[in-house]
Order: sequence, then structure tokens, then C-alpha cells
Amino acid sequence: MKVPLSWLKDYVDVEIPVEELAQKLFSCGLEVEELVYVGQEIDRCVVGRIEKIVPHPDSDHLQICSLNCGAHGESIQIVTGAHNIAEGDLVPVALDGSSLHGGVKIKKGKLRGVESCGMLCSGEELGINGDLYDGADVNGILILHGDLVPGSDIKPVVGLDDYVLDIAVTANRSDCQSVYGIAREVAALLGKPLKPLALDYTPLSFSTADEVSVTVEAPDLCPRYIAHYVAELNNAPTPLWMRRRLALCGLRSIRNVVDITNFVLLEMGQPMHAFDLSHVAGKQIIVRRAKAGEKIVTLDEKEFTLTPENLVICDAEKPVALAGIMGGLNSEIEAETRGVLFECAKFERANVRRTSRALGQKSDSSARYEKGVDSYTTGIAINRALRLVQELGCGKIARDRFDVNAEETKPIVVETSVSAINALLGIEVPKEEIKRILTSLNFSVTSRGDALTVTAPAYREDIEGYPDIAEEVIRMYGYDRIEGTFLKNASSTMGGLTDAQKLEARAGSALRRQGYSEAITYSFISPRDYALLRIADEAKKAIRIVNPIGEDMSLMRTTLVPSLLDSAVRNVRRGNDAGRLYEFANIYLAKELPVTEQPEERRTLGIAVWGGAENFFTAKGAFEAFAAELGLQFSYAPAERPYLHPGKCAAVLLNGKEIGVLGELAPDLAEELSVEVPLYLGELDYAAAAEQADAAVHYVPLPAFPEVRRDLALLAEESVSCAEVEKVIAESCKYVTAVHLFDVYRGAQIGEGKKSMAFTVTFTPREKAISPEDADGYVRRIVKALGEKLGLSQR
Amino acid sequence: MKQQTQEIREELERRLAAGGCATRKELVELKLEYLGKGGKISALSKGMRDVPPEERPEAGRLLGELRGWAEEQFDTREQEFKRLELAAKVAGERIDVTMPAKFSAGGSVHPVTLVRRELEEIFSGMGFNIYEGPEIERDYYNFQALNIPADHPARDMQDTFFVGGEYLLRSQTSSGQIRVMEKQAPPIKILSPGRVYRSDSDATHSPMFHQMEGLVVDKNITLCDLKGILDEFARRMFTAETKTRFRPSYFPFTEPSVEVDLSCKNCGGKGCRICKGTGWIEVLGAGMVNRKVLANCGIDPDVYTGFAFGIGLERIAMIKYGIGDIRLLFENDVRFLRQFRD
Repeated sequence: MKVPLSWLKDYVDVEIPVEELAQKLFSCGLEVEELVYVGQEIDRCVVGRIEKIVPHPDSDHLQICSLNCGAHGESIQIVTGAHNIAEGDLVPVALDGSSLHGGVKIKKGKLRGVESCGMLCSGEELGINGDLYDGADVNGILILHGDLVPGSDIKPVVGLDDYVLDIAVTANRSDCQSVYGIAREVAALLGKPLKPLALDYTPLSFSTADEVSVTVEAPDLCPRYIAHYVAELNNAPTPLWMRRRLALCGLRSIRNVVDITNFVLLEMGQPMHAFDLSHVAGKQIIVRRAKAGEKIVTLDEKEFTLTPENLVICDAEKPVALAGIMGGLNSEIEAETRGVLFECAKFERANVRRTSRALGQKSDSSARYEKGVDSYTTGIAINRALRLVQELGCGKIARDRFDVNAEETKPIVVETSVSAINALLGIEVPKEEIKRILTSLNFSVTSRGDALTVTAPAYREDIEGYPDIAEEVIRMYGYDRIEGTFLKNASSTMGGLTDAQKLEARAGSALRRQGYSEAITYSFISPRDYALLRIADEAKKAIRIVNPIGEDMSLMRTTLVPSLLDSAVRNVRRGNDAGRLYEFANIYLAKELPVTEQPEERRTLGIAVWGGAENFFTAKGAFEAFAAELGLQFSYAPAERPYLHPGKCAAVLLNGKEIGVLGELAPDLAEELSVEVPLYLGELDYAAAAEQADAAVHYVPLPAFPEVRRDLALLAEESVSCAEVEKVIAESCKYVTAVHLFDVYRGAQIGEGKKSMAFTVTFTPREKAISPEDADGYVRRIVKALGEKLGLSQR
Repeated sequence: MKQQTQEIREELERRLAAGGCATRKELVELKLEYLGKGGKISALSKGMRDVPPEERPEAGRLLGELRGWAEEQFDTREQEFKRLELAAKVAGERIDVTMPAKFSAGGSVHPVTLVRRELEEIFSGMGFNIYEGPEIERDYYNFQALNIPADHPARDMQDTFFVGGEYLLRSQTSSGQIRVMEKQAPPIKILSPGRVYRSDSDATHSPMFHQMEGLVVDKNITLCDLKGILDEFARRMFTAETKTRFRPSYFPFTEPSVEVDLSCKNCGGKGCRICKGTGWIEVLGAGMVNRKVLANCGIDPDVYTGFAFGIGLERIAMIKYGIGDIRLLFENDVRFLRQFRD
């Protein structure tokens, strides 16, 4: 919110540098996001009196002026193209080396052979318009008025010698959304008195009720509605002081009555509206819910179709304003307007917010209503507006008003104690200090021993309980007085990770030992991601975000594969020609769509591996390392996925149940993505694996007798799998403790459709040593079984 | 016999003397000539038969002495040859020790996980447990129970993604507070880390990011305790010199509420580009748990007080490692990721 320093000074004496003020506001909770010196762009620009004008010898349109700029030179020669000047005029002079609006720099130079030691400025070149200085809108040199000393700085003259504080107001402090609200805080901060607002005015004898009737049909959405009639509106111009303040806050002057409502909004935070009564049909103002399908065109000429959710101000026939958001075009104040009805109301903030969101229509007014406008301010802001009508002499004020639902709001009283406040803060703020701070913030405080009865000022509707009072105290007393203590009165508790959390940490660590880098990808993916993997139907099962940033991030993923593929492909495209990624993340499984009950979030492991040295088995290593860490035994069976190579794809099984998949990116998909290195993708249901995990250490004593190893070269049909052979070997002899395939050979000597598999089999003795003859016997038994069951023969 | 052994010994001494046996092969041949089956010393042994019996012991002694001596001579010279051969072999085996090593590099842990892990370590040492709540949350847990009713302006602080009905993607891990307080009676000390979502995307905002909520509820918990805990966090996460600063703020679920700044580690608080000249960096929001929030969870606010804080993990990682753009954290470029070792 923008607060001009000069406006603030109307209500509180600020005698400290503005930077210090900004720092004080910051420490009490009002962060000055930007402190702007209004004339910051203008430098070395002074008042000059034109002493003499002569035509330029070599130009028809240029003139040579001699300027008296006081101490800067009493006859400075400047060439100008402007013609709205006369000898004796006072004008802004940009001296040699000066800076103007928009970063323009002025240097001494020659114009058609004649030296020019600066420039005469227009209002635009100073960055001002007619709202900041009368005449600044004129096309040509700005002619200054009044009694000015040549050579004096231009900034104070044209109203640029001012600061604007742009203050961030937190959502709870709706009372600070105004210049006066900030002034109240500043007065408390500086220990200075707050000057009162001028609220009195002289009413005439006629009554508002003679002109209009006011009915509030929706008091739940409109807790207070004040309407006051002003007659015989004239077109008296808005005075410069008011226009200037509006301009510093970023508003343009429109016409007197509208300027007054805007001024009150900025000064007091109370949105107001003015209706042209001649356009109010039936001389009735009705505050009601809109009828379904009812339409309104707002002042900015946008049409909206309304629902009963929207509160409107209507005349006898139609809506004339969207309550709290914007007036209707049909009752706009115009030059011919004579009878005006001022509206000063409190609208329920949630409803204003809902309507504003639903219609996509925002305004300074709705922004304030959304944060909350207090009933007390509503009651006095109307007086301020009428006072300004009188000051501007722009109309005649009725003697009375409608004030619907004007019941006295009960002051908020908090019964607390010095000890309660200090118990929350943890320090001892003296009682007198607490009372002083609260009083400076316009709270009234009575105390009886330790007990405090604190009454909040009427505009502080955010106060609820003693913690709010404690906050008021500490933000003024100073947060830097809070000294760190280390839970000195709290109970001891045991901290740490749960077993499940530790298990996942270990699983990640196992993958990192295999050279994997942990990735984090977005939880939402695109329907196109599913389509790319040719599992477009899966997308239908995914939970859809109602208001996604874009279609690309609109589905809560049901698989990690697309995200990891995307990361891998991005790496490959960036020239990272090898890499290993893993991610533990949730997939989101709806029990039904649309979502009506808590969806399942299932912890899942995804991997992506790529690079010239990678193959299916190096990728498989990730899952094996994972299984080993969790004390699990995975088995693998050929499988198919639309996005994986049909011959290099496996289902991962745990106790016969499929819990994952692993495979090479399908070659045509690789081509489509321009991936030329081998790329493997895997996904595993971590939750299912973790459920069966046995991460405890089970110590087995070392064998008492040496282990015996035998190598077996076996001739097999191509269709026989390694796993089948391993299984038969392991089952054929109880001493077999390890079976390891170390070579596969295919070639002419063996024959078409056959392969030679070489295994090392380890026999671990139990009760007694295994002799070479024993081992030979076991091998014979194994070979026999392999022959019978799988048709294998020993080479 | 004595003479014969003497002669052989002298002859052998001569032949073994310098230049006598240049190669190992010559040495082996010489050894054969003397000690081989048909060698000179063996031939002498055969001559024992002709020695009169009374002289035999003396002759045997002399012969044994000669044999022992000869074997020792040959052994010594053989060892010398072996030593020289090995030395020559070793001399040819010099490698360039500056050539690259062969090893399998371990993987890396995501910087956000590094920060999370560090926070978990710091706070579990203080008696905090870790609770992970759901990411798809009910409006109640994400907002209402946290004193943010429908259409409250505080909802603007967090542009929320909705997924239908009363369900949304949690916009803050504060939702975890409520789930814990509903189930557990004080004393409570928890951290609730995880993914959160807000509809916002630029160099400093990501639509998905990570937060860690901390919550303590017990008797006699004060704002000073919050400060003490966060001071400790700042020192451990950054440097022993790091300071914290509280300044007033507003969150509906805490009262009083504070914004917590850390002294800029880059300039040590003097003011620099990173801290925009202020010497402080805004890192987290915190406050004393609002009485309404305690009451919503069935905890008597007249008996218990508490504090809560919410830390953005990406923000900490970016400050700690000097990462300029939040999007780098989700691109998963291995050149980026590999810098964050376990």
C-alpha cells in the first residue's frame, strides 16, 4: 500500500529521517517494501527566469533564451524549440549534467551552431502531470506560477520533493490499509500524538429520505449500509492538493465526487461509492442477492452474468452496482450529475472475495473488503467524505442519512494478566511498559494487581485473545529482546526416525553405492506423457488437478516412469552421455474418480540408467543391490510393456508376486526421442517391498570345513533360462549354497538354437568335510537332474 | 685324498672367480660338472673304495667338507643371479603413477534430501520425531483446522491446487501439525517434512517444493524457546556465527507470528548482493500455536502452549549451496546432482 510521507505528516509529526521511519515500521510488522523518493529521477534541475529570447540565426523554429538561474548562472544560454514562452516567464531549467524523467541526461551542446547549456523542460520531462502541478499537462514548456526564486531546486516547486512508502500489510491488519491507519501506528512508534481527522460538516435542512429509500434484504452479506444524499452537485474542480495525493498513490483525478470517494478509500481504508440518483429507478436502493442470470455492466464496461451468490445494489429495476467491487455503468457520476447518493457500507468479506474470484473482477475497493473493513470506520468515513464535499464546495449535504443495521458493535475486551503475557513471551516485560505500549496503540487498559482488562480500539477487529495482546506488546517492545532459551521447561522426549524411515534411507544408500544419483521430479505429469509411453488409458485413472498451471502438469502421476524418462532424456540431450538416477516418491492412486475419499499415496522406486557401458544386467544390479539391502530375494520373468523392448523387459517378482518392472527403452521410442545410447527404466512398488523387508542382520557362523567349488559347462536349448538351471541345481543337492553363471557361449561348434552355459557351483559342507569324490557324486546327481528336467547335457 | 680335494677346491675357486661364470647358464653347467651325478666331486666319492679303511673317516670328512663348501659357493652365486634377474625385471616395470585411477564412483544425494537429513539430525537430537502426512489433503487439515476458514484472505498467500471435492494438494506441511495433534497428547515434538504444492512458477518459486514443519506443544512453552531452537538450527545448518532475527508477521495458525531472518553468511551481516544489502535473509515463518488450532485438535489452550515453524527446504539448499535458480533442483542434470555427495 502506497503512503506519501507528506500525507502521513498531516496526522503525525515525523521528525526522524524517512529511512529510520521505514526501519521502525519494519520492526513493528509493517514492512516498507519500497521507499521511493518521488523526485529521484530529477537532478540539477532548477527554476529559471527567461530574461531574453532571440531568434536562432540559422533556424526558423529554434529560439535562443538567456536564463537567470540564480547561483547557477545569471545568463545561461539555452536553445529551445518551444514557443509557449515569453520573457519574464519562470520555467524549469535542466542544467548541464542534469537528469530527467526516464533517465534522460542533459549535456551542454550546440544546436545549429549555437551553444545550448541545458534544456527548458516540459511537465512530461519532469515526470509530472496536471495532477501534480497545474499546467503540467500543457504541450510545451512548463510555465511555473507563483513567486519563485531563480536557481532554487525544481523538485519542491512541482511537488516532487516527497517520499512514497510502499508498505506490505499482513492479512490480519486490515486497519492498516490506509494512510490514517499507518499514521496511527507511526504515532505509537514515535510516541507522538495522532492528529484527529476532520469529520465535521454543516448539513442543510433537507432529508435523504425525501430522495431515496434504502432497504437491505441481505443483512448477512451487508452488516452495515450507510447512504447519504448530496444535492446540487457542481463541477468544481478537484483542488491540486487532493489530485496530487491521489496521483502519488497511483490514481488519476476523474471528477470531484469520485475523487472524494477515492481519497477516503486511501486515507481511511473505507471503500465508498457515489450513485447518480437521476439514474436510480424508483428512487429505491435495495441491497440484495442477484437473481440467477441477472446482468450488470460495470464502470469499466465489462458485462457480468450473476448468480444469487453475488451481492448487488439495485434500484427498483436492476442492479446498479456489484457490491463492494465496482459500480454499474448505468449510475455513473457524470458532468451533468446533480443529485448524488454516497454509499459507505460494510460488506461481508468472504462474499466479496468469492464474487471477485468467480467473476474475475477486482478493484481497490474489493481488495480492501476482502481483507475486512471494520464497522467503526464505516461509520466515520461517511463524515469524512461529506466534510470533503464541504471543503471542495461541490454540493449541498442532507441533514440525515440511512444507516441500516447501525447497531453499536461491542468493543472487544480481553481479560488477561501481565503474567500470562510474559509466560507466552518468555521474558519479563514490566507491567507499566505493557500498559504504555497498549495505550499508545489506543487500547484502553485497566489493571488490578497482575490482572489486565484490555479493550481493543474499535478498528481492531483482529484482536481475539491474550496472544494478540502479547503480540502487540512484543512488536512494540522489540523482538530483539526475545532471548533464546532451550525448551527450558519442556518435558524430555525421545526423537529420531522410525524404522520405516530408516529403511528407506538405507535403500537409497544401497542405490547410491551402486553409483545412482537421487533425483526429485514433479509429482504431476501430462496426459501426453502417458500417450508417449502408449499407456494413454492409464491417464484416465490419474487424479486430475482442477486448476493446473498447464496441461503439462495436470495429472497426479500413477507411475514414476515418465518423469525419470524425461530426466534421462534431458540429460542425454545436454550431452551427459551416461548416468544413473533413482527416485523414491509417491504415486497417487484414487479409489474412485472424481476424488471423494483419501487417495492412496504409494511409495515407489523408479530408476533410469543410460550410457554406452550399461546393459540390462547393469540396470538389474540396482534392484539386486536394493533387494540385498532389504534382505529380499527378487526373481525375474520375461514381461512386456508398451514402452519397453519386448525382448529386454522383465517383471520383478517378490514371493511370486509382481512388484515391478525393468527393461530397455523400446527401440522405436528411443528413435522418436533421439536417444542413441542404451537406456533402461525400472519401477518398483517400494511399499510392497518394504512390507516384506528383513533388514536385520542374521549372523551365520563360518563353515568349519572348506567350501568346494566345481565348474559345470552345460549344453542347453536356447529356450532354457538361467533361472531354471539355477533352480534345478540348487534343488538337486542340499550342500549347494551358490550357483553363479559365468559364461554363455554360442557358436558353430555347438549348433544352431543351442548355447553353452558355464556355472560355478559352491558346495558348503555341514557336519563333515566334502571330499573330491563326494563332490564328483553331487555333480553327477546335478547333471542327471538337469538332463531329466531341462534336457541339458554336460560338455 | 687330501690333496685331491684340495686340488678340486682350488680349481673350482679359480673357475668361480671373477669372470668365471658370466651367466646363470654357465653357472648351472659348472655346478653339473662338479656336483652332478657324474661330476668331479661325485667321481671322488666313488674313489673312496680305494682308500684304506683306517683313512676312510678322515677322507669322508674331507669329501663332505668339499661338497658342503662347493654347494654353498654355487648357492651364493645362484642367489646373486636371482637377485640381479629380479632387479632387472622390476626395473622394467615402472608405471606412471599419475595415470587415472579406476574406481566406481558412488552416487549422490539430492541437495533437498541433504538439507532434510541435516534438519532431521539436528531436531531428532532435540527429541523431535518425524511424521510424514499425506500430500493430497482435505481442506480441513490444510486450512480450516489451521484457522483459515473458507474465503479467508490468508488463502491468497498460498495459491492452492485442487483435485476435486474437499481434496487439494497440500500447500503447506502445517497440515501435519493437525494430524499429529489429533492423535497424540502433549508433550509433542515433531517434524513434518514433505512435498507441498502452490500454483507459482519462476526462478524462486516452483509449483512443487519441500517444507519441513516443526511443532512443539507442552506446558510452559515460550517464544524464547522458539528463538532458542531456531538459533541452534541456524548455527548447525550454517555457521556458528549465524544469528536469527524475529520480526512480526502474520499466519492464521500462530499468534504471535514471526518471520525469521538469518544473518547473511555471504557478507556476515554487512550487506551484499545476496541479502540485497540488508545483511539478513528471510528463511522461515514461525510463531506460537494459535489457541484456536490447539482447541481444534482437542488440546486445552489454557494448559498447553506451543510453537510451530515452517522451513522451505529448497530455500535453505539454495542459500547453503549458492544455487541461483530453483528450477535446477528439479531438472536432475547429473552434472548438478553429482556435486552433492552423500
